[in-house]
Amino acid sequence: MTYIAKPKISLPNLPKNELGLTTRDYEGAVSTLCAGCGHDSVTAALIQAVFELDIEPHMLAKMSGIGCSSKTPAYFVSEAHGFNSVHGRMPSVTTGANAANRDMTYIGVSGDGDSLSIGVGQFVHAIRRNLNMCYLIENNGVYGLTKGQFSASADIGTKPKKGLPNQQEPIDPASAALALGATYIARSFSGDKEQLIPLIKGAIMHSGFSLVDIISPCVTFNDHEGSTKSYAHTREFYRHVANIDYIHPTEEIRVSYDEGEALPIHLRGGDTIVLRKVDRDYDPTSRADAFKHLRDRFNAGEITTGLLYVNEDRAEMHELMHNIDTPLSRLPYEGLHPGNDELQKLQSRYR
Amino acid sequence: MKPTDTSNPEYFHKVVDCQWGCPAHTDVPSYIRMIAQGQFSDAYMENRKSNVFPGILGRVCDRPCEPACRRGRVEDKPVAICRLKRVAADHRDDITERLPKAPEKTNGKKIALLGAGCASLTVANDLAPMGYEVTIFEALDTTGGLMRTNIPSFRLPPAVLDEEIGYILDMGVDLKLGHRINSMKDLLDEGFDAVFVGTGAPKGKNLEIPGRYDSDRIHIGIEWLESVAFEHIKEIGKKVLIIGVGNTAMDCCRTSLRLGADDVKVMARKPRGFFKASEWELEDAEEENVEILVNHSPKEFVYEDGKLVGMKFDLMEYNIEENGRIDRGTSTGEVVIPCDDVVLAIGQDNAFPWIERDLGIEFDKWDCPVVNETTMMCTRDGIFFGGDSAFGPKNIIWAVEHGHQAAISIHKYCHGEDLHDRLPMGLNLSTQKMGMHEWSYSNDYDGVSRQLVPHVGLKERFKKLNIEVELGFSAEQAAEEVERCLNCDIQTVFTESLCIECDACLDICPVNCLTITPNGEEQDIRARLKAPALNPDQALYVSGALPHTARVMVKDEDICVHCGLCAERCPTGAWDMQKSTILVPYAADEAASDQPQAATGGAAK
Ligand SMILES: Cc1cc2nc3c(=O)[nH]c(=O)nc-3n(C[C@H](O)[C@H](O)[C@H](O)COP(=O)(O)OP(=O)(O)OC[C@H]3O[C@@H](n4cnc5c(N)ncnc54)[C@H](O)[C@@H]3O)c2cc1C
Ligand SMILES: Cc1ncc(C[n+]2csc(CCOP(=O)(O)OP(=O)(O)O)c2C)c(N)n1
Ligand code: SF4
Ligand code: SF4
Ligand code: SF4
Ligand SMILES: [Mg+2]
Repeated sequence: MTYIAKPKISLPNLPKNELGLTTRDYEGAVSTLCAGCGHDSVTAALIQAVFELDIEPHMLAKMSGIGCSSKTPAYFVSEAHGFNSVHGRMPSVTTGANAANRDMTYIGVSGDGDSLSIGVGQFVHAIRRNLNMCYLIENNGVYGLTKGQFSASADIGTKPKKGLPNQQEPIDPASAALALGATYIARSFSGDKEQLIPLIKGAIMHSGFSLVDIISPCVTFNDHEGSTKSYAHTREFYRHVANIDYIHPTEEIRVSYDEGEALPIHLRGGDTIVLRKVDRDYDPTSRADAFKHLRDRFNAGEITTGLLYVNEDRAEMHELMHNIDTPLSRLPYEGLHPGNDELQKLQSRYR
Repeated sequence: MKPTDTSNPEYFHKVVDCQWGCPAHTDVPSYIRMIAQGQFSDAYMENRKSNVFPGILGRVCDRPCEPACRRGRVEDKPVAICRLKRVAADHRDDITERLPKAPEKTNGKKIALLGAGCASLTVANDLAPMGYEVTIFEALDTTGGLMRTNIPSFRLPPAVLDEEIGYILDMGVDLKLGHRINSMKDLLDEGFDAVFVGTGAPKGKNLEIPGRYDSDRIHIGIEWLESVAFEHIKEIGKKVLIIGVGNTAMDCCRTSLRLGADDVKVMARKPRGFFKASEWELEDAEEENVEILVNHSPKEFVYEDGKLVGMKFDLMEYNIEENGRIDRGTSTGEVVIPCDDVVLAIGQDNAFPWIERDLGIEFDKWDCPVVNETTMMCTRDGIFFGGDSAFGPKNIIWAVEHGHQAAISIHKYCHGEDLHDRLPMGLNLSTQKMGMHEWSYSNDYDGVSRQLVPHVGLKERFKKLNIEVELGFSAEQAAEEVERCLNCDIQTVFTESLCIECDACLDICPVNCLTITPNGEEQDIRARLKAPALNPDQALYVSGALPHTARVMVKDEDICVHCGLCAERCPTGAWDMQKSTILVPYAADEAASDQPQAATGGAAK
């Protein structure tokens, strides 16, 4: 951690977004995480992503549970709303918030412990509901905050700093989300912002549940030799299969993409992403293909990254429930409250 | 790009923009930190080591360090480096005990220094403590050269001159005042081991237009200022025109106001932006309500009944080309501007009527001696030039640097050594890490803006000629101003073998000056950094291949604020903040270097 905050220096040539803000305006408090923690790089990517998407800070809600990763919301967009909930309960709290105000952008930042151990039930059901949120897992294979116990994403055979190697099957959040029907699934690495930032932007603009599983090394408890979530191991074994570019609404899609190399995907919300395949045979719109590929490459010891699966055909929670477009939070009291007569009628049915 | 060679002292020296910009390489950030800690005497001595006259220069230095200062690129105003120098001088204790002294026994070598200006005085300062028998010959009855005769006392009080020149004379210098050298030949016959010519550029330029010699109310700037300094001239007419818009013109117009003029116009031939005067000298003059008229080209002096009544000017129009160059201009009409006196401040020339041309001292087509820029020796062995006499009018700090270099050469010459085989600059690096989050220097960026030097009120200051206008920073202002220094000598030093490419340093850097990227050609790399490196004058610091990905770490030195956050966030210590000390060799180091090779940075002083 650092005691000195990153000084605000107003550089004349710092780029501004459509709102006239710079990346500095999207920063948060100074990080108290360990120096070199992958989570801080993810924060930097998040800041860049929301800046480039011209998100109005007051229309953003940052949601989290407990863990080093779950502290992330404190470190970006100070002007936004934030909720640091109970361990593993972020998905439910976000469901409630989203139910009340569907107009806001929801970014949940969680950890492998927070999402795959104590909160796995919550994680699963948020996906089932196709809750419209961007869900980031800063995945380091350990409970960083409680000093490095293995989490449910630790690989078999991976070595702890002290003690015996892990013997239990890992949960791969991407495969799990695929099985559960998530509609936008990506994986990346904290040390690869070029790939990560567009993936986060796509995840934010995707309508429905989007998961970005980010390998984010715990430099203090899981960055040694024998760890499969270290910087060195990740660099050695990670492979891009399909990257994306987010197309800003003011940009034209100028490039004519070669078939099989890059294809524009129109998101339900009206935005466009362009898929750039690295592995020509990989088809991120096929759930079966994606599943098989992930398993095969996982068994081969590789870390598959990029946009792994995308499905723009499925409706998100509000659409599924046929809710009105106006956020409930903005309906007048009369619109929300059925009135005494209606309530009496309703109650009489249960008498 | 190849990995940056930081073992060459020049690399880190250049990062310290102010020190690089200073002809005498004053270690500015070091003395500013000393001031911050209240060590005024230490700050004074640190200055004196390189620039010899901190009290004088803290008032009137041309301060090339300030336009160079990195702070000026981060915000708009540089650190008030010069005025902080004055703070060190104003608040120092008696430092006479710390000054170098002449040894009991001389080394028997006799050196003649011509002129008692800053150039000669610097040579004396360097050589006298080494045992040289130094004699200064000065034409006037007083020391200091133009610093005393031309820089007005309201900018530079004589007491400050006396004190700092006294330090040098007290080293056992033989001063011969009122002793003009009229023949170099005769001087050489006196058997000196070496001669240093520090006689300045004493001839004020004239303006040969009709009517020039028909009045005694037309003055040559530097002669007039000298007469004022010696109180031979005590008044001037009400309406005064100053011709020229350089620093001399600024001193002439402000002096006129103090001698009774109430309508002073500075007549500039070209538009603003093409003035020779420094921005701050213009500001100070305009604060005193001096009017500057642009695009007026002098044509003739106008007389009525034999009395000077005005001057006629061509009104000029210029084309400024795209590259910023200005053409010769065309006249669009004429105007007569009334006046009582005219002061010509259009430049100075060198003049050496007293150097016989058959001595082997070569002169160029401008009648300037041919002088080697490294050794300061002319074409006759054993004769050295420095200050304004060497390459034409410059300023005090250049004269001082010439003096240092000439002293080195004189020492080598007297010992039969090769003048070109000089000690190189040296470099010391030492980490500034004190603990977990502790650095030896104030690394947090302070956004405070430049402090304004308080001035004596506009009425008060004109009451006497010698009322010093600038009051110097108050203690509170100095305390604020020192925090604006970015400590550019606390270098970011990178060890690539330690880097795990976690990006922590890139993410925290408040000015986006770090990037990890595939290697390439400089132009290409400059364009694809996190923030494009647009200032070609500033270096890129490029590492070797990083262990994990073989990419390189690139730092654009341009606007790094030396906050140390990169080093603080780095989990492996790949970045460290290390103080660079540039070891500048002086004559005493050359003498001490018969055994060790490197300079000690003036340790002998
Ligand atoms: C009006 C004016 C204002 C200036 N303001 C500044 C300023 O604010 N800051 C700055 O840095 N610079 C300033 N300068 C420039 C600066 O004063 C000179 O660059 C500097 O003084 C040069 O020093 P020097 O030792 O080479 O020569 P000088 O200072 O010119 O000294 C030469 C000395 O040699 C003596 N001498 C000459 N011929 C002989 C001889 N034959 N025998 C014996 N003695 C001789 C002269 O009497 C004189 O004392 C200013 C100059 C002028 C004219
Ligand atoms: C209900 C509850 N149970 C247990 C804990 C202790 N606890 C705090 S953080 C944490 C694990 C965090 O791991 P992860 O989500 O992977 O975050 P990381 O620190 O690795 O980023 C645990 C078990 C708690 N805070 N609350
Ligand atoms: S313990 Fe691990 S996860 Fe937590 S801040 Fe430190 S490096 Fe990051
Ligand atoms: S010291 Fe480091 S973090 Fe600070 S500005 Fe310079 S490179 Fe950036
Ligand atoms: S913080 Fe240190 S280890 Fe991380 S990228 Fe920067 S220099 Fe390398
Ligand atoms: Mg974890």
